Amino acid sequence: MQFLAKIPSHSLYAMIIVIGLLSIATIVTIIFKYKNPEKNHTELKQRIISWWWIIGLLFVFLSISKNTAIIFFGFLSFLALKEFISIIPTRHIDRNVLFWVYISIPFQYYWVADSWYGMFIIFIPVYLFLFMPMRMVINGATDGFIKAAGVLHWVAMLTVFSISHIAYLIVLPEKNLNAGPMGLVLFLILMTEFNDVCQYLWGKLLGKDKIIPKVSPNKTWAGFFGGVASITLLSGFIGPTLTPLNTLESFGAGMIISLAGFIGDVVISSVKRDLSIKDSGSLIPGHGGILDRMDSLLYTAPLFFHYLYYLHY
Amino acid sequence: MSRVLKILFFALLVKPLVLVIIGLNSRFRHKLPTSGPAVIAANHNSHLDTLVLISLYPLAKIHRLRPVAAADYFLSKNFLAWFSLNIIGIIPIDRKNSNNRDEMLNACHDALDQGDILILFPEGTRGEPEKTSELKKGIYHLIKDRNDTKITPVMIHGLGRSLPRGEALFVPFNCDVVVGDALPKSTTADELINQLSNAYEDLKSHCITLNRD
Repeated sequence: MQFLAKIPSHSLYAMIIVIGLLSIATIVTIIFKYKNPEKNHTELKQRIISWWWIIGLLFVFLSISKNTAIIFFGFLSFLALKEFISIIPTRHIDRNVLFWVYISIPFQYYWVADSWYGMFIIFIPVYLFLFMPMRMVINGATDGFIKAAGVLHWVAMLTVFSISHIAYLIVLPEKNLNAGPMGLVLFLILMTEFNDVCQYLWGKLLGKDKIIPKVSPNKTWAGFFGGVASITLLSGFIGPTLTPLNTLESFGAGMIISLAGFIGDVVISSVKRDLSIKDSGSLIPGHGGILDRMDSLLYTAPLFFHYLYYLHY
Repeated sequence: MSRVLKILFFALLVKPLVLVIIGLNSRFRHKLPTSGPAVIAANHNSHLDTLVLISLYPLAKIHRLRPVAAADYFLSKNFLAWFSLNIIGIIPIDRKNSNNRDEMLNACHDALDQGDILILFPEGTRGEPEKTSELKKGIYHLIKDRNDTKITPVMIHGLGRSLPRGEALFVPFNCDVVVGDALPKSTTADELINQLSNAYEDLKSHCITLNRD
């Protein structure tokens, strides 16, 4: 229980509220199951259980120490990278290039742990991106070289570079002492996930006209605007408690997270549609793969980070 | 003793590695035979196939899983032979000695009579990465006179990318393991081979790591 005492008060309240909301969702599911015993609830049940795992692991690793949290996000990068390169077409000969993308993960997260911002921000887009084509040249296969290089760069960008931005939030100098370094991470992840839920709910309630029917038949204008409005408003209230942002800046952060979350979602949807698959993996029962769950975060993490960095660091 | 070693090897090494480093997209796992005698017929692309298939089973049952493997390869070196026989629990088959087919299969029958689950790779070889080679007929001769044994087809895809034949560099990729329905009894070898290749084609459609260019 000692580590609970170390959690800054606002972050602790945020965690307790999330656990409360998830408990309510669990109870509702159980009641729903009790009243409609004839329906198949396996997926809903799996979804809720998986949420407990996700929230549980996130909170525990955030609470223990900065370094355990950084290792946790590094591990998520590894899982996301593995899942991504498993579903997309890659050339057999590029296996040893992919190996180097894996090797880039510990380096990238070491720069994070070391708070070396300059290296953190250029390591992937400068060093790794210039290194990979060179390694491919040594392999010597020129058939499909351009396409393969493009795919490798994009994969590294989304799974290593983007996700490492969540980890860098933890090592930023503390400016909101009531929330601590983990407050920023909680704000980003909670708003991103609430946004997914809100866009879904508004779409179910009022949704009619589809935004991009070719990519995702479930995305409607009502869901989109409902989500943006809800998250912008909600962020305005929560932002000042968990981050150094004031109320007005928090409205902006909410809007960025909501818009970016939508884009991340449909970008990964397009990837899956291109490959004619429904889920990117089966790691998280009821949700699909790690990319199915983190799709929005791939976009919200760097954009929220740089908005915050510009305003306060 | 070797059962304990097998459990330790799978509990401490194989299962964690399969979970974290490889990562399985398993579909229809409930269709795997839970008790022997039974035969699992899987496609073969990598040495990891065998380990992944065994790791799908709970530790209490893994001693029942017996991969059927080529004696000329696996018994060729001292350590490999000891490891294959005692830790993995293979049933060695002498491929070169095909004029004495019944004797060759005796060890398999003994294992099936004990209630073991045999793992067979009807392709006989790992072959080209991620390509299914021609299916061999030995599997038919094994089960033609046995009414107690069913064949469950399993499609594995992706391990040939992680650790292909002849390459030492391991690169993590998720892999698909799709389990099919047990095949109905067939009367000729060709019929069985047909059933099997149809089953593989069908199971392939559930693989998400297959590149559909």
